[in-house]
Formats: sequence, C-alpha cells, structure tokens
Amino acid sequence: MSKEYWRWPEYRRTVPGKDWTKAGVITAGVDIGSVSSKVAIMTDGELYAYSIMRTGSSSPDSAQKAMNWALEGTGMKLDNIRYVVGTGYGRVNVPFANRAITEIACHARGANYMWGPSVRTVLDMGGQDCKAIHCDDKGKVTAFLMNDKCAAGTGRGMEVFADLLSVPIQDVGSMSLSVEKEPEPVSSTCVVFAKSEAVGLLRKGWPREMVLAAFCSAMAHRISELLEKVKVEKDFVITGGIAKNIGVVSRLENIIGIKALPRKEEFDPMIAGSIGAALFAKALYEKEAKPA
Amino acid sequence: MGAKNVKVVVLKDGQIVSRGIALSGIDQKASAQQVFNEALQKAGASLSDIKYITATGTGRDLAPNANSNISMMGADALGGTHLFPTARTVIDVGAEEGRAVRCDEKGKMIDFVINERCAAGAGTFIEAMARALEVKVEEMGPLSLKAEKAVPMNAQCTIFAESEVVSLIHAKTPRADISRAIHDAIADRIASMTRRLGVQRDVVLVGGVAKNVGFIDALKRILGVDILVPPDPEFVGALGAALVPIRGIGGT
Amino acid sequence: MIVHYGYRDGSGEYFISVDTDKCNSCGKCVEVCPQHVLEMITMLIDLEDKLVAAVTEEHRKKIKYSCAPCKPEKKPPCVIACQQEALVHTWKPVKP
Repeated sequence: MSKEYWRWPEYRRTVPGKDWTKAGVITAGVDIGSVSSKVAIMTDGELYAYSIMRTGSSSPDSAQKAMNWALEGTGMKLDNIRYVVGTGYGRVNVPFANRAITEIACHARGANYMWGPSVRTVLDMGGQDCKAIHCDDKGKVTAFLMNDKCAAGTGRGMEVFADLLSVPIQDVGSMSLSVEKEPEPVSSTCVVFAKSEAVGLLRKGWPREMVLAAFCSAMAHRISELLEKVKVEKDFVITGGIAKNIGVVSRLENIIGIKALPRKEEFDPMIAGSIGAALFAKALYEKEAKPA
Repeated sequence: MGAKNVKVVVLKDGQIVSRGIALSGIDQKASAQQVFNEALQKAGASLSDIKYITATGTGRDLAPNANSNISMMGADALGGTHLFPTARTVIDVGAEEGRAVRCDEKGKMIDFVINERCAAGAGTFIEAMARALEVKVEEMGPLSLKAEKAVPMNAQCTIFAESEVVSLIHAKTPRADISRAIHDAIADRIASMTRRLGVQRDVVLVGGVAKNVGFIDALKRILGVDILVPPDPEFVGALGAALVPIRGIGGT
Repeated sequence: MIVHYGYRDGSGEYFISVDTDKCNSCGKCVEVCPQHVLEMITMLIDLEDKLVAAVTEEHRKKIKYSCAPCKPEKKPPCVIACQQEALVHTWKPVKP
C-alpha cells in the first residue's frame, strides 16, 4: 500500500466557551467542493463549530458526513439548525439545504467575517479551481474571476507534485523554502508538462526542495496573472487549502508586492465559503421571517 | 525531433527507402543520432551518400548533421500533399502538441493554428486517460468503438479529466463508453481549433494520434467530413522535411 | 459586480466579462450567440434574485474554442447586442 502523500489531514473543531442552547438563530453553511467538503455552524452569526473532510464519490453523502462530523460532540442536532445554505461545486446536491448560493458571494462574505471590513481582495485557492474576488467593506463582490479549466494554480496540481516527489502535501511549502538559491520556475503552465519537466530535473540531480521551489514559483506566477485581472488591492487575504502552503504564498506576495493578512488561529482558511454561506443563511432566514 | 519520439525518413529519388523511430528521451541529440544511424544502415547508405538533411519538430535545432530546418507546419503541408495530392487541410496531433495547417496544391503552407502548452489537446491526454482507465494505450481506440452510449465529459484539463474518469468508473459506466467520451473530448478540441482555420477538403490526419481508430472515428463525426489517414502517420513530418530540397519549398 | 468567465492558459487569455449591475436582463446577447455560449441565470444580489447573463458551465472552460468562429478580435455579436455595455469580450492569444 503506497503512502498517499497528497492526503491532507481532515479536521473538526468546536469553538470553546459557547453554549448553543442559549442561541437565538442557528444557521449552517455547507461548502461541497470537488476535493473537500466543509461545514460551518454559526450561532447568531458567530462561528460555533466546523468540519473539513475529503469529498467522496457522492456529494449528498459527503454533505451529510461533513455535517454529522461538525455536529459531533456538541449535542446539537440538524433539526436545531434553522436555515442551511449550500455552496460550492456540489451545492445543489445538499439534501438538507434550504437553498444554494454560488461560492463567489459566500467566499467574499466569509473573508469579511474572518478578517473584517478592510478586506478588498480575496484569493481562494481550492482543490480544482482558483478564484480571485474583489469586494467592498461589507463583503459584497465587485469583481470576480475563476479558473477551473486548468489544474495549474489549484490544489490538485499541488497534489500531483507532492505525489511525484513523495512529499506529504502539508510539508511542501516549508520544504520549497529551504533552498539556498531560488531556481527558475518550471517553464510549463500545464501541470502535466511541468511534471515531465520535473522528472527531467530530478534526473539531472536537482534535489527535491529545488524542484518544489521551481513548481511553487510557477504556481505563484500563474496565480498572480489571475489576480491581475481583478486588480489586487489591500487588504489582501488568501483562503482555501493553499493558504497553508507558505511556499506558494510567500512567492506570490513577492510577485504582487502585497503581503496577505496573516491567517487567523481560530479559523481554518478552508472554511471561508461555508462561513459566508452560514451568514447568508442567517440573513435569508431573518428576511423570510419578517411579516410581508 | 518530436517531444516524445524522434522520427527519421530516408528518401532515394523521392521514394522512402527506410525509416526509424525511437523515444526522444532525456538526450534528444543522442537519440536522434542513433535513430539516424540505424535508418542509414537499413537503407544501405552512409552519411556521405546523403545529399541533404532537413530537420523539423520542437527539437529541430538539436538535430545532428542537419543542413537546414523547417517548421512542423511546413513539414506537415509537404508530407500531407505528397501522400495525398488533394490534401488542403492537414491536422497533426502529436504527443504534446496539436496543430492544423492549410496548404495549397503545391504543398506550401498558407495558414496554421496550434494548440500547445496544454496536454488536453494532444496525445498525452489519451495516454493519461488510458492509465486512469487501466487500459493499454493501443487498446483505447478499439475499445471506444464498442461504446453503446455517449457520455459527456466536462473537464477540459487532463488532470481534472483523470478525476472525472475515476468518478465515471465508480458510477459503473462501461469502460467502452468512457473511452469514447475521452476520444470525443479531445476530438472536439482539435475540431474547434481546425474550424478556426476553415476546413477545406481534403482533410488529412497525421501524427502519432492518427494511429488511434477511436480518435479518427470521433474526429470524422465531430468535424462532419471524411478524413484521409496515411499508413504510418507519425512519419509524415519527417517525410515532409525530407522533401524540402526536392519540392523546393520551405526550409531556412 | 463584474464576473469574468473564461481562463488564461499557456496559449493566451480568453474571457467574457458580465457586469451584473449594468445587465438589465434583456437576454439579447443569449439570442444572438450562434454557439449558445450564453444563458440567463439567477444570481443572489443584495439578497434579491436577479436574472443576469452568464456563460454556460459547459462553455466556461472552452471559450477559446467556442468563441473562435465569431472572430472576437473584432466586436463579436454578443457585445454589439448589449445596449447596456454590460458585456466585454477579451481575446488575447499568445503568438506562437
């Protein structure tokens, strides 16, 4: 059984010191991506619990599993949740969702919650896509671009490289920064061709750190092109799995000349979409609850 | 001097007397030299017997002993019209690049379009999908012809397509149907690229992927025209290059 | 908001950008596109559902191929049809 280097750790968390039974409105956001599924449960618009797991072959099953896991140990049941919004690639397949909202709006809203109203540019790097979002101080989207056509600049592209070089994916970033001299980025934007290029480099005697550095550099360049189209403006934040890859993040910051706001301890960067969805859930619930 | 394979064609009085093919590998120059020597031997000739050597392909600057070189587009036009004098559109799908060339009756290239830098538009796509399907590359084509249903394929990227194939397998889609979807997907991209040029008959298909019956079938259906395929289609580029001094076209 | 549908890869940059604030849901761009690249979708904007133009899922990743026949270097029919100037077509192939 070969080691699965691409497999990142799954995770759940309950925010300490909160009693959900005393909450007024409990809502949830379910973000079903093509690679990972995230659930965020919020009480009166504050984060209460969340889960992050790998999406399986069935979206409805993944949604259910992620929700069950988020609820685990809290004593809360699905029935206690007043309104659920589904988002992400599998949003229409969340059986217990009240409605689906595209992830554009959810990510911006989530970033606004996590870092505050100063956020203007959100870069979300997902498993199979990469989104550049420009928003205002309320977290409302003003410009948006997504690349989901091409693996270059996505988590899947990174997984392919981690696997190729037998490096656990969560170590890729730090390893790529351990090089003495920064190499040229791999010349192909295409991950498939970059992979062949990497094999050639390894045969030439390049150590793994250097190949990783070359690839992270190429990824960072590709992402910077994406960001250019929506114009990067401070404050700049990064969400999604690749926010945890300092090899790509630091190189990207160098290229665009802007530092991203530091990650928040209490919020995993992958849950921005589900948080935004949960906040929309609250707003929609309150709107629909008002007498006409 | 292709990205994946080096091909050599030796002509005597305009007729093919020998051919050679081998993986380009890491040292393209060395591979090329070896294939070249083998082809010479098969032809019963030595280097001094050769009047003119033309190189083509992505690695053409590395070709040993070349007198000149010609672009792949020019080589395709020459080779295609030599084999089929009525050829006016030549489509060449190799391991890493797909291209379409419009040419005139003399074999001169008029216009071209290339799909490069994206593995989904070339033979690498089919190879990668073959791995995901756990089928030998040579068997992909015949398998696709056994398909009963057309299954849509959404991914435009080789890496995402691999995941899509895995999902289709999980959903118990018959392998033949998946194989057909794969061929349709790449044929769709090649056809769209060719339509940008304007399709003028007769249409000739060359390059390594032209050996794939599933791809030929898909391309015929999607382009909606008859497609001529020569035997040993992967040598047409080399053939075209060899014809440069004879036809007096192209070459630098 | 401005939504950019399309992509940039090694061969160039290909986008259709829709300004959902300017879009008045008239649907003319959808009618006029010979390749059926565009459609009207419902988007939640300011907690209200609004009908706006968008590129279909199927074509988002194929704009280079789908839009080629209209020769977008000049003004393609979808851009001409939009009286609100809500649609912008970006077509920048890299020279080989």
